[in-house]
Amino acid sequence: MKEFEYFAPRTVEEALSLLSQYKEEAKIMAGGQSMLVLMRQGLVAPEYVIDIKGISVLDYIEYGEEKGLRIGALTTHRDIEKSHAIQKHFKVLSEMERNLATIQTRNWGTIGGNLCYGHPTGDPAPVLIVLNAKLKLAGLGQERIVEMEKFTKDILEVDLRPDEMLIEIQIPTPKPHTGTAHDKLMIMQGDTGIVGAAVSITVSPGNGVCEDVRIALTGAASVPLRAKEAEKRLIGKMINDALLEEAGQIASEGADPPSDVHGSAEYRKEMIKVFVKRVGRMALERAKQR
Amino acid sequence: MKGEPKELKLIVNGKPYELKVKSKALLSDVLRKDLKLTGTKRGCLESTCGVCTVILDGKAVRSCSILALQANGHEVTTIEGLAKGGKLHPVQEAFVNHGAIECGFCIPGRVMVAKALLDENPNPTREEVRLAMQGVLCADVGYVKQIEAVEIAAEKMRGGE
Repeated sequence: MKEFEYFAPRTVEEALSLLSQYKEEAKIMAGGQSMLVLMRQGLVAPEYVIDIKGISVLDYIEYGEEKGLRIGALTTHRDIEKSHAIQKHFKVLSEMERNLATIQTRNWGTIGGNLCYGHPTGDPAPVLIVLNAKLKLAGLGQERIVEMEKFTKDILEVDLRPDEMLIEIQIPTPKPHTGTAHDKLMIMQGDTGIVGAAVSITVSPGNGVCEDVRIALTGAASVPLRAKEAEKRLIGKMINDALLEEAGQIASEGADPPSDVHGSAEYRKEMIKVFVKRVGRMALERAKQR
Repeated sequence: MKGEPKELKLIVNGKPYELKVKSKALLSDVLRKDLKLTGTKRGCLESTCGVCTVILDGKAVRSCSILALQANGHEVTTIEGLAKGGKLHPVQEAFVNHGAIECGFCIPGRVMVAKALLDENPNPTREEVRLAMQGVLCADVGYVKQIEAVEIAAEKMRGGE
């Protein structure tokens, strides 16, 4: 690994002023577990590493019915998994985190680090996309909000300017009668997903018709993929297994998954069908219970 | 200056250390090379195998995937810190007595994961033990005896026999 200069700012302002000073030559490190692998491989070789893990004000989980859920960028996966507020109001996030990686990785890794890494197999992104989450980004003296859905630009590329950092994840309270679920194909629990699906379904309390649905996939393209065509097949309908199967078929046709040691593109396309249907069914059951 | 060693303060197994380390030094490197605590193993170096697991502020983490400087000011427990006064920790004892050790390479990591689990959850279900132990890969002895050993240790630590 190449030598670099290391900084451990204790405040957001300090981190931002370092970033604005060094810009492209600097990289932010949160947990750093994924980044160190890239640095060892020489894929990332920053001159300056700004380790923000010690900025404790960015480690929080807040919930209110009005404002929804706010998660500080440096909250660990394990704290999200174990949060009572999240288990009660956003169970899908806790379930996703439990399967995200092994316990050691979840203990040290942060939600913000995961999102800014921008890997197409990252599990938080699709779940946050179907939950309609927004991200708060900060630069020196400025802030902006981007939709999670638009944040990932390409493999390992996200919508962050060189002088910006992710501060907070904002998740609105879902509409009543909404069910959300996530699952992924993994060899062993805690492995990286070969493909994954997150689905959120809102049904009408009167007749059970699908009012809104959001589907997002991992391992299906170079970014977390929103399956909009598949969603269209479900909106306004009484969802059943046959319709979910069709939606899976449409999602699979719209996917452009990679072929690698974990699975061929053909295999991933088949598994997308399976997981859209499986996770869609779980989301629907949850929507009916609410 | 780039490449110039930086100050690192650590408490390892209850003992304070003040060192100078390179920015790129991994926590596992500092434990093994600077502190000569070679019980922590170096395996895949990419967050897969888990043999480098140590306990940082009470939580199991992978010391090959953390810069040493990221642990500045924190408390680390390694396998060397478990036995007290020549007496093995209950997890170590259970691994030995239950025949859960073969080549031994993954065992320090495995024992640290088990200790962190039992400190947090003294009465885990088999499923919880199984899930925690998945964080360390073993190539030879197999997993069943290790899972049983953790359950034996849990019972002992709760005061039962």
